[in-house]
Amino acid sequence: MSKSVLLIKFGEIGLKGGNRRFFERLLIDRLKGALADLPGGVPWIQRVSGRFLLDLSSIPAGEAVGRLSRVFGVVGLSPALQVEADLDSLAAASRQVLGEALNDFPADHAVRFRVAARRADKRFPVNSMELNQVLGADLLRSEPRLRVDLHRPEITVEVEVREEGAYAYARSYRGPGGLPVGSSGKAILLLSGGIDSPAAGWMGLKRGLELEAVHFQSFPFTSERAQEKAVDLARALSPWAGGSLTLHLLPFTETQRAIRNACPEELGVTLMRRMMFRMAQALAGRVNAHALVTGENLGQVASQTLASLSVIGRATDLLVLRPLVGLDKTEIIDLARKIGTFDISARPYPDCCSLFLPRHPATRPTLAGVERAESRLNYSDLVEGALAGRETLQLTSAAPPS
Amino acid sequence: MPPERRSEAYLDHAATSPVRPEALEAVRQAMSADFGNPSSLHRKGVAAERIVARAREVLAGAIHADPKEIVFTSGGTESNNLAIKGVLRGLPRRGKHVVTTAIEHPSVLAVAAELESEGYRVTRLAPGPQGVVRAADIRRHLAPDTVLVSIMLVNNEVGSIQPVEEVARTLTEARPSGPRPFLHVDAVQALGRIPLDGLCRHADLASFSGHKLGGPKGVGALFVRSGVVLRPLLAGGGQESGRRSGTENVPGIAGMGLAVDLALAELPATLRTMGELRGHLIKEVLSSIADARLNGPPWTIDPGLPGEADRPSAAPHIVNFSFPGAPGEVLLHCLEAEGVYVATGAACSSHKRGPSHVLEAMGVEPGMADSSIRVSLGWTTTAGEIDHFLSALVGAVADLRKFTRR
Repeated sequence: MSKSVLLIKFGEIGLKGGNRRFFERLLIDRLKGALADLPGGVPWIQRVSGRFLLDLSSIPAGEAVGRLSRVFGVVGLSPALQVEADLDSLAAASRQVLGEALNDFPADHAVRFRVAARRADKRFPVNSMELNQVLGADLLRSEPRLRVDLHRPEITVEVEVREEGAYAYARSYRGPGGLPVGSSGKAILLLSGGIDSPAAGWMGLKRGLELEAVHFQSFPFTSERAQEKAVDLARALSPWAGGSLTLHLLPFTETQRAIRNACPEELGVTLMRRMMFRMAQALAGRVNAHALVTGENLGQVASQTLASLSVIGRATDLLVLRPLVGLDKTEIIDLARKIGTFDISARPYPDCCSLFLPRHPATRPTLAGVERAESRLNYSDLVEGALAGRETLQLTSAAPPS
Repeated sequence: MPPERRSEAYLDHAATSPVRPEALEAVRQAMSADFGNPSSLHRKGVAAERIVARAREVLAGAIHADPKEIVFTSGGTESNNLAIKGVLRGLPRRGKHVVTTAIEHPSVLAVAAELESEGYRVTRLAPGPQGVVRAADIRRHLAPDTVLVSIMLVNNEVGSIQPVEEVARTLTEARPSGPRPFLHVDAVQALGRIPLDGLCRHADLASFSGHKLGGPKGVGALFVRSGVVLRPLLAGGGQESGRRSGTENVPGIAGMGLAVDLALAELPATLRTMGELRGHLIKEVLSSIADARLNGPPWTIDPGLPGEADRPSAAPHIVNFSFPGAPGEVLLHCLEAEGVYVATGAACSSHKRGPSHVLEAMGVEPGMADSSIRVSLGWTTTAGEIDHFLSALVGAVADLRKFTRR
């Protein structure tokens, strides 16, 4: 009797001492969340000696691997056969998983392989070394195209004998690593239509943040398509965010008009960013979030000099996380491509209208100067107005495109 | 989200027009009762064939051509591709030089670029400041191996009418003996907007589209003068006398035929009333907005006027303005918020960055080109819509200039 299962290995959360139970429960929740909309319901997931076991009898392995490779906290995924702990069953299972892995190679290609057995259950009479030899010899007999190579194998047949059962597998996939979403608390992501902010959001999610996103709309200074972009970006992030992401759309046109009417042109971008931070902070208070995540970088544009970032950041009391600060633009683009947001960001509709970009933006604004300019703004009313006019969307990748 | 408005002004007919109810009914009929395949031998096929034949007569009538000279296609882009590639590939040994203009639709300019990569030389004539190409320039650029001249009749961004008749005469004079270069005319924006009676005498090929005048999208036509050999783009069942394989788009063709029929019947009224609206629009905009500029000819075509052919004029449905200090795309969205729909440059190219290739070729400086919008009228346009547009425009330009001129 053999059964198809998925071995789900997790990393850092294994090290979390007393909190380990909490992390593991959270990860199970995230795994279930990623599988929640399957037609047959969530398959059972079992926790066994330092990993999870997912029943693959009702879901194709490829589908499960595809979905779970976007769950932070997972470091590896191995579709395996679970069998009785006896030599014959292990040999048969090894032949089967090897046969499947061989499909990845041309039929006339000699394949280097090895067996890596682990006998964790010492009641089993054959030790790891002997298992390698016995099973390896059996596989060599069954497949003439195999060559043993312990150092540079193309296929490694892994065999584990544990107290709860025995497993064989030959294909493994990497998970995204990181921590389960929600294990580090909740933050607000400032989501524009650009390349950077979704990548920053992904980095925050990776480190266990739960996120709600906020997008500032400036119709008619921008196209309705700019807003569609933000919605599509939030949807693209949602599989990484536990299957669903909340997006708040805040009207920003009034604020832009007020800044433009009352304040010096060269401070326009600085003041706009400060207003966005204030609105994000007010939103954080209402949804119980405790930090802001932005796509800001250091030195890419005038508003991202050290002086600008510092003055902008002081508009809020909240911790501001800028996870991209250590990355080059090309690295950010590579990341955006990897997580599937680049093509959406690259659509040609700008989210921050060039109308509001001053010809000579201040690169070294001072807090005193900015506060003097802001004294002409009734900013608490603007913040309240934007919050009152917000529209909230719950986005999942399963939803049909709008 | 733009607020819901009760009254709207749709002034983007050069991009597309709402489908006329009669055309919609013809489409519905051809999709339900008359669903047959024109190639079928039974009476269902005959009925469908009759619908296509009737539409072909309408198209032929529009330019006084023979119905056999009309090929139905999927739209203006396919017609332009089929005309240019089809005629050149039909005669591979006859020359390697093609003349066109710098203000053509992308479906001509992109084909021209393809031709260059295949070894053709392409001359792109620049227009004058009002968006009109001079026939004399064409003559100057003709070479012994010039095989095709492709020129649009009405420019889609500024409305300027090109001197196609004069170009045709020039080509004949330049080659008194022997074959003259083929003349292809992109008439997509001209059909139903200006008289086309003489077109089949001048042109060897002419492109049309269905959805610009109240027909459905996805259907167009190409006039191919009898005797012109065309190498088809698609291999297949040999429909459309072997020139365009694929089961005929009977519903689309039925809708286009009906829309063209109606547009032709309305043409005299269109020329009069739409022409007046265009004149009114230009006068009001230029007088009520400081620094407003008209791109393209101020005169609207008036076939009754003596000397009409000698001055640059525009089709009655397109007008293009610049409002320095009001970026075109932002102005478009401000008007949208008031329920007014216009375009920046051409709909096909306005998603690309950078100014319009047409305005650039006309010598409009970048600051002016960036702040341009195109207003285009159609079969639904009313004087009330023009007034609605004017009042929204005055407010929006003033509002935007507060931000940009300080």
